[in-house]
Amino acid sequence: MLKTTPLNAGHRAAGARMVDFGGWDMPVNYGSQIEEHHAVRREAGLFDVSHMLAVDLEGPGARAFLQRALANDVAKLKAPGKALYSCMLTEQGGVVDDLIVYFFDDEHFRLVVNAGTAQKDLDWLDQLRVASGAQVKLTPRRDLAILAIQGPRARESFWQCFPDTRAATQDLVAFSAARIGDMMVARTGYTGEDGFEVILPAALAPAAWDKLVAAGARPAGLGARDTLRLEAGMNLYGQDMDESVSPLDAGLAWTVDMKTPRDFVGRKALEENGQRHDFVGLVLLDAGGVLRAHQKVHTPAGEGEITSGTFSPTLGKSIALARVPRGVKPGDTVQVAIRDKKLSARVVKPPFVRNGKSLLPN
Amino acid sequence: MNIPKELRYTESHEWVRREADGTVAIGITDHAQEQLGDIVFVEAPQVGRKVAAGESVGVVESVKAASDIYAPIAGEVVAANADLSAAPEKVNEDAYASWMYRIKPDNVADLDKLLDAAAYEKSAS
Repeated sequence: MLKTTPLNAGHRAAGARMVDFGGWDMPVNYGSQIEEHHAVRREAGLFDVSHMLAVDLEGPGARAFLQRALANDVAKLKAPGKALYSCMLTEQGGVVDDLIVYFFDDEHFRLVVNAGTAQKDLDWLDQLRVASGAQVKLTPRRDLAILAIQGPRARESFWQCFPDTRAATQDLVAFSAARIGDMMVARTGYTGEDGFEVILPAALAPAAWDKLVAAGARPAGLGARDTLRLEAGMNLYGQDMDESVSPLDAGLAWTVDMKTPRDFVGRKALEENGQRHDFVGLVLLDAGGVLRAHQKVHTPAGEGEITSGTFSPTLGKSIALARVPRGVKPGDTVQVAIRDKKLSARVVKPPFVRNGKSLLPN
Repeated sequence: MNIPKELRYTESHEWVRREADGTVAIGITDHAQEQLGDIVFVEAPQVGRKVAAGESVGVVESVKAASDIYAPIAGEVVAANADLSAAPEKVNEDAYASWMYRIKPDNVADLDKLLDAAAYEKSAS
């Protein structure tokens, strides 16, 4: 039996094609996935991401606990509402999950974790809590829904629907959030566009969704979410990294904070193993197919593998993220095996697209 | 489902149309394009290739996934639709106008073994 979000009936009524996504019955597209993608790049799109889980951490030991549990350092979170992207690692340095942590106050943080890993994450965090004896209470918030409104017009559309939130949210910088009553509004996202992610009580979600759609935000499914995040050079857990992959080999070294001697789970393994692969973007140069996960990448330094690939609606070309041997550099040309052919692709530094514009070198 | 009565079909979602010149045009059904979503790449078989019934001869890729195109009957490939390499989205716009390749059948009677519209509708639902 698939799990459903509070917006499930609405997705079905809107004619969405539904798929099993990590045990959740979710919309992959409503009509054309490419049109949904363009709506986010050009105006505003609306995503139901209520399958993701908010987990509240409360107690005097919350910050110290997160400094142990996360590879990024929550010491950076000083102003209330500030957010941080981080991986949570195994002792072997593999990625348990990637998440965003929000700082409310010294005794209250909130994590937002992936849907498919939510139960595993809760078990893992609880095990760490017991082992460390931290004074912290973990509360999974399945009573909440999460909407993402993304695109150059996203914030204006949101304020049009929720004028009372404007004062508290119009000065939010990227990666920060405000709490207004029982709603949390964060200037975050997974698309490479401006916009908000909104966490609100499940019962309020259907009315909020309808209002935002009426204000011009176009419903967009997981299909467009995937092409948008790939263009934005953002990793997808389970595809670009998992428990067998070090964040250093998945392009996430920037999220691993080893500047202080902080003892976080997985640190020792990262220090022992170091970085073993480069993680790069690819742009297909030849006609002949679409880059997809698991295709082999042939480089002068050896063989690599595509971890995520798709057709980029913004660029009109196929793009991918790939794990390749050390020393493969932006500007290099590599060969990708697609069916019985080897096609040329150029190595680039992700992201491919930001704020509606191509970042590809000419 | 949009399944024209005058065409023949395969269980692998190709439509098949007998042309006036004795060749047979092949594309993918409206149901197939809807399942695949936005189509971004079509690769038809080489002209001159001899194909067997049920053989994988080409590929259609959407944003989401790649899917093989099969030969519904045996014959020789006599044409490939170059328009679709430049504008693969035409398959989404009108699947039955978007033939992908034509073959000269080894045996025209093989067409009778294919599904008719009613049988395809049953098979696809």
